[in-house]
Amino acid sequence: MYDFALQRPQSLNEAIEALSAEGAQALAGGQTLIPTLKNRLASPDVLVSIGGLSELQGVSETDGTVSIKAGTTHGVVAATVESYPALASLAGNIGDPAVRNRGTIGGSLANNDPSACYPAAALASNASITTNKRTISASDFFAGLFETTLDEGELITQVDFPVPDAANYQKFDQPASRFALVGVFVAKYGNDVRVAVTGASEDGVFRWSEAESALAGNFSSSAIDGLEVDSEGMIEDIHGSKSYRASLVKVMTKRAVAAC
Amino acid sequence: MSDKGIGASSKRREDVRFLSGNGKYTDDINVRGQKYVYFLRSDVAHGKINGIDTNKAASMPGVVGIFTGADFAEVGGLPCGWQVTDRFGEAMKEPAHPVLAQGKVRHVGDPIAAVVADSLEQARDAAEAINVDMEELPAVIDMKSAVAGGTLVHDELETNLCYDWGFVEENKEAVDEAIKNAHHVTSLELVNNRLIPNAMEPRVAIGDYDASNDESTLYTTSQNPHVIRLLMGAFVLQIPEHKLRVVAPDVGGGFGSKIFHYAEEAFCTLAARKLKVPVKWTASRSEAFISDAHGRDHVTKIELALDENGMFQAIRTDTYANMGAYLSTFSTSVPTWLHGTLMAGNYKTPLIYVNVKAVFTNTVPVDAYRGAGRPEATFQLERVIDKAARELGMDPIEIRRKNFIQKDEFPYATPVALEYDTGDYVATMDKLQEIADLDGFEARASESRKKGLLRGLGINCYIEACGIAPSNLVGMLGARAGLYESATVRVNATGSITVMTGCHSHGQGHETTFPQVIADMIGISEDQVHIQHGDTSNTPMGMGTYGSRSIAVGGAAMVRATEKIIAKAKKIAAHLMEASAEDIELKDGSFSVVGTDKSVGWGDVCLTAYVPHNYPLDQLEPGLEETAFYDPANFTFPAGAYACEVEVDPETGKVDICSFAATDDFGNVINPMVVDGQVHGGIAQGVGQALREHAVYNEDGQLVSGTYMDYSMPRADDLPNFVVDHSCQTPCTHNPLGVKGCGEAGAIGSPPAVVNAVLDALNKGGYNVSHIDMPLSPSRVWSAING
Repeated sequence: MYDFALQRPQSLNEAIEALSAEGAQALAGGQTLIPTLKNRLASPDVLVSIGGLSELQGVSETDGTVSIKAGTTHGVVAATVESYPALASLAGNIGDPAVRNRGTIGGSLANNDPSACYPAAALASNASITTNKRTISASDFFAGLFETTLDEGELITQVDFPVPDAANYQKFDQPASRFALVGVFVAKYGNDVRVAVTGASEDGVFRWSEAESALAGNFSSSAIDGLEVDSEGMIEDIHGSKSYRASLVKVMTKRAVAAC
Repeated sequence: MSDKGIGASSKRREDVRFLSGNGKYTDDINVRGQKYVYFLRSDVAHGKINGIDTNKAASMPGVVGIFTGADFAEVGGLPCGWQVTDRFGEAMKEPAHPVLAQGKVRHVGDPIAAVVADSLEQARDAAEAINVDMEELPAVIDMKSAVAGGTLVHDELETNLCYDWGFVEENKEAVDEAIKNAHHVTSLELVNNRLIPNAMEPRVAIGDYDASNDESTLYTTSQNPHVIRLLMGAFVLQIPEHKLRVVAPDVGGGFGSKIFHYAEEAFCTLAARKLKVPVKWTASRSEAFISDAHGRDHVTKIELALDENGMFQAIRTDTYANMGAYLSTFSTSVPTWLHGTLMAGNYKTPLIYVNVKAVFTNTVPVDAYRGAGRPEATFQLERVIDKAARELGMDPIEIRRKNFIQKDEFPYATPVALEYDTGDYVATMDKLQEIADLDGFEARASESRKKGLLRGLGINCYIEACGIAPSNLVGMLGARAGLYESATVRVNATGSITVMTGCHSHGQGHETTFPQVIADMIGISEDQVHIQHGDTSNTPMGMGTYGSRSIAVGGAAMVRATEKIIAKAKKIAAHLMEASAEDIELKDGSFSVVGTDKSVGWGDVCLTAYVPHNYPLDQLEPGLEETAFYDPANFTFPAGAYACEVEVDPETGKVDICSFAATDDFGNVINPMVVDGQVHGGIAQGVGQALREHAVYNEDGQLVSGTYMDYSMPRADDLPNFVVDHSCQTPCTHNPLGVKGCGEAGAIGSPPAVVNAVLDALNKGGYNVSHIDMPLSPSRVWSAING
């Protein structure tokens, strides 16, 4: 780890002010950033610790919406969210207890790891991602591998998930990391079905629109029997080929629908 | 089952400190004034060093010294401890293995330079400022390409072939003939996957030098401190043993990877002498991946010839064994004497020929890893037997039973040079069928089918050879070390005992189990016995712990020393009771004169030995301390039968282990609970190899699975509750305890059981798959199903 200065702002405004400085970077749960620093793969001048800010903590559930402040850990989401069980269950299966007690929803979404779980939930739910500047629809938020539409110095403050009529997340673990080798989040809002896939694509999380159309007319796992996922653009590594991942997308989608 | 002494499940006394965070590991040792080392390692697999500029780095804050290969040019290389002679009578190719690279790097992780600084971060900062002018060369990774020629790992050897070994060479023609004329030949090509040992504690070395008396001390994470002292002192640094102390304190797992003498140990010892400051190195986990010796990595073709009744006629096997870039300490013995000699397994195959080509590649050196050669032998044998059974429509248990060496045929001489002293393979198989409830398989398979899953049953047997010996034989085979073990039993004046053993405990539980033996022999309580190990300054020269040798060899030495103690104590007791030593009996810690009511306690005799007022000084020395060196007459031969049941999800390829049953014949057992634990750990490691672990290099020689993000270790929730049994006991005939060793059995016996189970599931499910190479990851199983 290279030397850096650590700032611990007392309020969100102070944090945003500190983050506007050259070479400053936000530190939330640190589950990606700290290992990166340890391996000397990043050298921020200043780390602005936002993990302790009370303004970024907490879950509220009203009128069919689950609102989660950006600094809320996976462990808290898993333990407290009641009206959206698929979301709570997803949070409860990220990493291990140590990761879940540090890692935050804001950090996960801002990092947009192509194998992370939360992006699938956000995209399938068309969550609203609120920052210090604006509110971004999840459909407009994810911009490819580790890329989002966040501006420099822009900080996620809250994520609002509309609670669906039915939802399920099926995660097939990469054997070593237990990130999603393929994860599929299916959410049904009336006749509208959204299918978001993580882990599989070189472009990060995406919606499987053919499946969405098929399921909108017939919400049963057999509705997608005739569909095939194009393996073009899928990730290929020592844990699976493109065609394996493409196959898993369909299998996991069917299982998610069946479990709804 | 006893409640104390031999046969008791005494709780592991060392766990009190381990589980309460009070273990004293090498990294817990901090020597006043110590500096920190950071090794600049090669990030290319093969390259020529045209120059190293350390000027900028030398002026950076905190830097105490920078070393490159030039500073070690006059120092010896790391020695290989076993010289293999090839099929043609030629000695193996043995390249130099420098402490720091001499002009060339040969694998990712090869140390180029080392910076010693006030802090680790300063050392690392300075290392980044070293400018290495590296000319990258093509890397050779695949073994068959390496042998075919082209890029040379070691230019001076003019080949990448370390040796071409044939065993037993005189059998070759007969084996070829038998295979040519056989009723049926089953052939199988397979890979025994490369593994990274991943001991929980990464390696650490601290060099300390006392200039006032010219004494060096090395604290290191080692399974055998005396071996390190001999190898490093005599062959690398030329420090005589009386000026060199090697200490291996609590060690957090070794699995073989901490047997070997590593460059970092020699570096820290020498740097401390040169700089006259203590020098400490602690490996990061990432460093461990590219600097600890790896395990396995064989590519094999095996052929099994059978007659019309399914009787084994001959075995021929050809193996390419990866040595990596250099010869690690015992690397050369693993695919030869620890592998070829095991190819008979539990069976009466009359003709066997083993060929092994050991190959240099631009990868991390490969050496012994839990089982060391025996897992590679067992895997190919038990896989080809399973394949043969399927081809011939025979039951996998029946084909094995048919070919077993029978109980009344021991001692049994195999065609691959071993003489098994004892065993009862029918009994272990009978026991397995009972504890694994094999009769209930069909009902369970039917339940699995209802869930859309394929259930399979995998059976295998194993034989292994522990406590490699005797020294004169292994010397003839090329070992450059003896393989005895030592113990000094020091009885203190009030009767408590300190045992100084040359073995080393790094998880095995010696501190608990060794006292059980002595307590049993003398009749005192176990807590009166303390085991001391791991420091060359206060233990007798011993060979350390590996190859499941500690109780069979080290325990035997301790028994021999204790027998001497008892013989002397009887003389003292006889004097005190005015009787003849021949009439003295020791029972429950008390000496009595046979046929009388006269007795004297253990404590009284011990005190008399050290306060010899009433003592036969003219006939007997005072004191009660004895040393024994024990050199076994033969290996020991644990054997067993394993059964694994799996469910395979055909849609995803995921394998779940539903149950695992193991019956092992370890001969006599000292502590059943400790033995259970050893088997559990071994099975977990074997399951890791079968389903998860794989060190993957790409064609450029980069380790793709270089972190836990990609290298998959087995976790507790990947494993079922194991059912283990070691009630079938045929005691070893040639050591005083009748013990065989249990440390590696699980890792040897479990991979074929798991793989056989998966293939059984697929074939019973209608998928005609004859083999899948380990690890049987979901993607590999899915690919096999989907053709």
